[in-house]
Amino acid sequence: MKIAVPIKLVPDLVEELSIDAGGTSLDYAWMRLKLNELDDHAVEEGLLLKERYGGEVAVIALNDECIDEVLFTASAKGIDRLVKVSGDPPRDINNHSLMQLFVPVLQELQPDLVITGVQAHNDLDGPIGPLLAEGLGYSYVGYVSGIAVEDGSVTVKKEFPGGLIAEMCVKLPAVLGIQAAEHPPRYIAYSKIRQAMKTALIEDCPAAAIQPTPGAVIERMFQPTAGATAEMIEGSPEIVADQLVKLFKELGIF
Amino acid sequence: MAGFISHKPSFNETFYSSLMDVLDGERIQACLQCGTCSGICPFGYLMDYPPSRMISALRAGYFDKVITNESIWMCVSCYACTESCPARIPLTLGLMTRTKEELLLAGNVPMELQDALQNTARYGNPLGESPRKRALWTRGIEPPIRILSQVNHPVDVLWFVGDYASFHPRVQLTSRALAKVLNALGVDFGILGHEENSDGDSQRLAGERGLFELLAEKNSRLFQKYQFNEIVTGDPHAYNAFKNEYPKLDITYPVSHYTQYLASRLQILKPLLKNKVSMRVAYHDPCFLGRANGIYDEPRSLLEAIPGLELVEMTHSKDNSLCCGGGGGGMWLEGFQWEHARARLSEWRVREAVAAGADALVVACPYETPRFEDAVKMVQRASRLTVLDISELLSESMGE
Repeated sequence: MKIAVPIKLVPDLVEELSIDAGGTSLDYAWMRLKLNELDDHAVEEGLLLKERYGGEVAVIALNDECIDEVLFTASAKGIDRLVKVSGDPPRDINNHSLMQLFVPVLQELQPDLVITGVQAHNDLDGPIGPLLAEGLGYSYVGYVSGIAVEDGSVTVKKEFPGGLIAEMCVKLPAVLGIQAAEHPPRYIAYSKIRQAMKTALIEDCPAAAIQPTPGAVIERMFQPTAGATAEMIEGSPEIVADQLVKLFKELGIF
Repeated sequence: MAGFISHKPSFNETFYSSLMDVLDGERIQACLQCGTCSGICPFGYLMDYPPSRMISALRAGYFDKVITNESIWMCVSCYACTESCPARIPLTLGLMTRTKEELLLAGNVPMELQDALQNTARYGNPLGESPRKRALWTRGIEPPIRILSQVNHPVDVLWFVGDYASFHPRVQLTSRALAKVLNALGVDFGILGHEENSDGDSQRLAGERGLFELLAEKNSRLFQKYQFNEIVTGDPHAYNAFKNEYPKLDITYPVSHYTQYLASRLQILKPLLKNKVSMRVAYHDPCFLGRANGIYDEPRSLLEAIPGLELVEMTHSKDNSLCCGGGGGGMWLEGFQWEHARARLSEWRVREAVAAGADALVVACPYETPRFEDAVKMVQRASRLTVLDISELLSESMGE
C-alpha cells in the first residue's frame, strides 16, 4: 500500500509571537517553526501501518529553512520517500493555497491513503484534510485514532466529542485526518538522524502556481490585552489566604 | 573460502567488544562477581539487572534480554558502583552508559526523558525554554554582565552558566549570587548568553551520544569564536564534559568549577567575607564534582572561610556521598523513578542533613537546590532546613 503524509510547519509557541509592521500577519522574520504536533502523529501512524501491512510511506512538505531536519528525522524513523515542494512559499501560507501545492504532488504519487494531522493551531481557513480530499476527489474522515487496512478499504476509529468512538469503513483511496497515532510518536536517537542527513535523499518537486483563493481576509491582528475584571490579591500568604477565605464565603463556596 | 565457517558476531559479542573502547574497559574481564556494585547502587535493589548481574548476563551470552528491560533507567550515573568496584571497572562510563545508548537506539526510552532530549535538540536546553531567554536572569545586575556577542574584546574568564542556572527560577538566584561574588573579586568575565547550548553531559549519560556530539560541536564553534583564557562553570556536569569528554572530540580548554576557581583565590576572597553567617551547615558532595572528579576539599575550604559558619559532615560524605537522584538523566525521569521506587534519593539525603543537626544543606550543583527544596517539603522534621548553594552563602557573608 502506498501512503502519503503531507505535513506542515507551524509557529513554535515557545517563542513569544509578534505581529509584523503591516499589522495583518505574525512576524515570521525570526520565527522558529516546528512540525505540527498532529502531523507528527500522522507520520507515526504511517510508520505503524507500514510495519503492520508493508508498503511505502512518503512524507511531503513545503520548502522552508527548518524543513530538511524534519524530513531527515522522518527518514531516520523509517519513512521511505521525502518530497519537498520547492520554491519560496510564504511562511504564513493558508490551507487553501497549501492544498493547491500538495494536490499535484499527491496526484503524481498516486497514494492509496493520505493521512495528515486533523488540525493545526494556525488553521485560519479550516483544516487541510478536507481540502485535500476535495482537490483529489477522495473520501475524507477526520478525528481518526486507529486504522485497520482491509482489501481496498480501511476501517477507522473516529473520535466524537464526549468520548464516543465510531468505527467506519472507508473505501480507498481516502484522506484521513489523524487525531492521535496508536502509539505516541517514537523517539529516534540523534545519531540516526545525523546518519540520515548523510544518506537520505530529498526529492525536490517544483511548486505549482497558486490561484487566488476566496476566504477570510485578515484586516488586523491584536496581541491579547490584559483584562480589568480579575482582582489581584496582594500581600503576605496569610493576608492572601484570609482574603481568599472571605471571598469564598461571599461566593457561597463554603 | 573452504575450511572457514563464517561467523556474524552476535549482539552480545558486539556489545562486549564495544566496552573495550572505554578507557580501562578491558577490566570488565576481571569482574569478581562480588556484587559490591549492585549493593552500593542506590536503586540497585529495584533493578532486574543491577551492574553485577548485567556482567553475568554478558558473560553468559544473553545480554539481549538486558536491553529489553527498562529498569536500567533507574541508574543515576552517580559513580557509586565505579568508586566501590575492587576490580576498578569503569562501570558508569562503560557498562551503564553503553547499555542506555543501546536502549535509546532501540527506541526504548521513557516518555519524560524523550521530552528532555527532544527539547535539548530543538532549543539547546532540556527545559524547553526559548534560547533567546537564556540571559534574562542577568537583568538588573550591576555592573552588567557582559554577553560575549555584544562586546568586542577578550575576557579572562568565560563563565559557562549552564541550563538550570540560566532558566530555573530557583537556580537563577544562585547565578545572581555567583555573579555578585565574581564582580566583587573584580574578575574579568563574560557569558555566552543566548548562544550558549547545553553542555550535553547528562544527555550523554542518558544514552544520547549523538546529541552530546552535536552539542559539543556547537559549543566548540562558540569557544573558537571568542577570546578567553579559561572556562569557569557552576555546573559539575558541564565541568565534567569540558574536562573529560570534550577533549575526546579534540575540544580542549582549561576549565574549573567555580568552587575551585574561588578556592584558588581564597586570599583575596576571605577579606570580603565580612558578615558572620551563624549557621550549622552540611555540605552535599555532587557526584560529578566528588566521585567523578575528586573535588572534595575546595568547596569545604570556601565554607570554612565564612565567619560564624560551622561545617558538619553527614553519614554519607565525600567519596561515599549519596546522589541527589538527578544525574544520568534522572533529572528528567522523576515520574519513572517514583513509579518504580516510591522513594526519592533527595529525601534520603535531606533526612541525613536533619540527622546531622544542620540548619542548611549546602550544595554546589544546579540540579540540587530545587531537588532538595522539594524533598524538604516531603520529609518530617525538615521544615527548618534551608537549601543553599555555596555561592549564596558567600554572597550573604559579603553583604551589600
